[in-house]
Amino acid sequence: MLAKLVKRNKILIGALALLAVITIIAVSGCSGTGTKTESKTENATTAGKSVSLNGAGSTFDQPLFTKMFDEYSKDNPNVQVNYQGVGSGAGIKQLSDETVDFGATDAPMKSEQKAAAKGGEVLHIPITLGAVAISYNIPNVPKEIKIAPDVLVDIYLGKIKSWNDPRIAADNPGVKFPDLAINTAHRSDGSGTTAIVTDYFSNVSSEWAKSIGKGTTVNWPGGVGGKGNPGVAAAIQQTPGTIGYVELAYAAQNNITYAQLKNKEGKWVSPSLEGASEAAAKSDIPDDMQVSVVNAPGEKTYPISAFSWVILYKDQKDKDKGEALVKLVKWMVHDGQNYSEGLDYAKLPQNMVDRIDKMLDTIKY
Amino acid sequence: MQKVKTRLSIGDRTLKLLVLVTAILVLTLMIFIAWQMIVASKPSFAKFGWSFVTGKTWDSVNGNFGALPFIYGTLVTSLLALILAVPTGLGLAIFLNEMAPSSIKTTVSFLAELLAAIPSVVYGLWGIFVLAPWLQNTAEPWLSRMFGFLPLFQGPPLGVGMLAGGLILAVMILPIITAISRDVMGAVPNTQREAALALGTTRWEMIKTAVIPYAKSGIIGGIMLGLGRALGETMAITMVIGNRAQISASLFAPANSLASVIASEFTEATSLHLSALVEVGLILFSISLIVNILARLLVWSVARNVTGGHAA
Repeated sequence: MLAKLVKRNKILIGALALLAVITIIAVSGCSGTGTKTESKTENATTAGKSVSLNGAGSTFDQPLFTKMFDEYSKDNPNVQVNYQGVGSGAGIKQLSDETVDFGATDAPMKSEQKAAAKGGEVLHIPITLGAVAISYNIPNVPKEIKIAPDVLVDIYLGKIKSWNDPRIAADNPGVKFPDLAINTAHRSDGSGTTAIVTDYFSNVSSEWAKSIGKGTTVNWPGGVGGKGNPGVAAAIQQTPGTIGYVELAYAAQNNITYAQLKNKEGKWVSPSLEGASEAAAKSDIPDDMQVSVVNAPGEKTYPISAFSWVILYKDQKDKDKGEALVKLVKWMVHDGQNYSEGLDYAKLPQNMVDRIDKMLDTIKY
Repeated sequence: MQKVKTRLSIGDRTLKLLVLVTAILVLTLMIFIAWQMIVASKPSFAKFGWSFVTGKTWDSVNGNFGALPFIYGTLVTSLLALILAVPTGLGLAIFLNEMAPSSIKTTVSFLAELLAAIPSVVYGLWGIFVLAPWLQNTAEPWLSRMFGFLPLFQGPPLGVGMLAGGLILAVMILPIITAISRDVMGAVPNTQREAALALGTTRWEMIKTAVIPYAKSGIIGGIMLGLGRALGETMAITMVIGNRAQISASLFAPANSLASVIASEFTEATSLHLSALVEVGLILFSISLIVNILARLLVWSVARNVTGGHAA
C-alpha cells in the first residue's frame, strides 16, 4: 500500500516537474518574441499599432487579394490582412453582422441587404474588373466564331437549337457549321459569373429580363449545370455542340476556345482585360459606384464585363482599424492595381481612381 | 472488502453519469439542429406551405421555390445506386466469405474497404473526367440502341445526369454494404454450415438456407447504412448530376439532388432563397429519419422471424 502510494506520487512529482519545465520554456519563449516585436515596431517608420483586418466575400477576388495582401504586408509589417473567399453573398452577410471589417462582392448590395447592415451606410469601392468568355465546342469550326447578342440569348432560351441555324451562319461568312444540336452549359453553384452573364442577357434582351432575370443563380431554361469554372469547362469539352461561359481568367489560363461578341458600337471583340477596363472607362459611373457595366459603350469595350467591389462601413467604429483599412484600400486602388494583369484581372481605368480616393476620404474614424 | 465495494460503486456511478451525458448530448444536438432548421425555414414555409414539397419550379430570381425535383433526383439516384450496389456487394461478400481462398480474400477485402477511404471529391472528379465521357460515348448510346423503347433510356447522351449520379453513388456505397455483409456472414456459426452440408445441400443451397437467413438482419442494416450515405452524399453528386431542377423520366437527363442544391447555392443565397435552402435541408433530414426508422423496423421484424425459424 505504502509502496504503491510512493510509486504513484513519483509519477505525480515527475509530471509536475515536467509541467514546470514546459511552463518556464513557454514563458521565456513568449517574452523573447515579445521583446523582438516591440523593437521591430519601434524601428518601423510606419506609425501605428499592429492591426489585424478581416475580410470575406467573393471567390473571384481571392487570387488577386492573396497577392495584394501578401505584397502589402511586406511594406506594412504591422498590418495583418486575412481574407476568406466564402462567396459574395456570404461576404455581404458577414459584413452586415459586423463579423468582418470589410467584404468583397461581385454584385452591389440589394436595398434589403443594405437595410439589414448593422453598422450603417456601406460604401462600394470598385477594386477590379472581370470579364466572362463565351466558350464552345463545335468540331471542325475555327476559333473565335462570332456570336451576336440576340443569337446568344436565343441559344440559351432554347430557340436556336442547332449550330447550322442561318442566324449563326449570317455572322460567320465562310464558316461551315455542322448539323449538330446545341447544348448549353451554366454554373450550378451560386456565382458572380452567372450574375454578370444574366445581367448581360437581361440588358440585351427584354424577353430574358422578363422571363428569367438576373442573379447569382437563375432558373435556366435548359442545359446542364457544372460546378465552378472547371465544371462548366468540362461540360463544354466533353460534349460536342456545347456552349457555355467561364471567367476570362480561367479561359486564358487554360487555353479555352472562346467566341467574339458584338459590342454596343457594333464591333466584334474578343474577351480581353483591356476590353473590360474600357467598359469601365467609357461607362457613366455614378457617385456611389454601384453600377453595371455590361454592354457598355466604347469601340474596344468587351460587353460582358463587370466590377468587383470591396464593401466597408462609412462609419468605422475602431479608429486604428478604420485608419488601416482606408490606407489598405487606397493602396489596392493605386499600387495594388499593378498586380492585376499578371493574374488576369483588368485594371481600374485612371479616370476612376481619383473619384474613388474622394469617396474613401468621406470615411469617418 | 467493503472498501472495494464502495470504490466500485463510485466508479459505476461515474460511468453511468458519463454515458448518460454523452447520450443526452447527442439527443440535444439532434433537437437543436432540427429546431434551428425549423426556425430558419419559417419564412419559406410561411410563404409556400406544403406546396414547397410539391412545387416543381426553383426560381431564385423571382423568389418562387418548390423542392420536388430535388426530392425526385435524390430518390432516383439513391435507388439506382441500391439496385446496382446491393447485388454486387452481396455477391462480393458471399464470395469473400464462403468461396475465396484466403490469399485472395485478404487482398480483395482490403481493396474493397479502401474504396470507402477515397474522398468524395475524388469520386466527383473521376466522375467528370472518366465516367461521364465513357457514359456519353459508349454506355448511353448502347443503352439507347438496345433499350431505347423504354423512357428510361431516351434523350441525348450528355454523360452527366442521373445515371452518372447513380453509378457514382453505387461505387461509394459498395464498400459499406460489402464490409457489413461480410462481417455478419462471418459471424454465422460454422456448425450451421456443417449441418446444412451434412444434409446433402450444395454450396449454393447451404449459403441460401443456412448463411443468408442467419445474417439477414445485419445485411439489411448494412444496405440501409449505404442508403443513408447515398441520400446525403453531396460533393460527388453535385459534380456529375448536371444540376438542373427538373423531373425527367430519362436517366440520361440532368437532375439535381437535395444535398447538391444546398451545397451549390448556399454561399450566394440571401433572405427567402436561404430560407428555402434550409427547408430543403429539413426535407433531407426528414427523409433520412424515415429511412432510418424503416430500417430499424425491417431489422426488427427480420430478426424476430429468424429466431422463430431456429426454434422450429
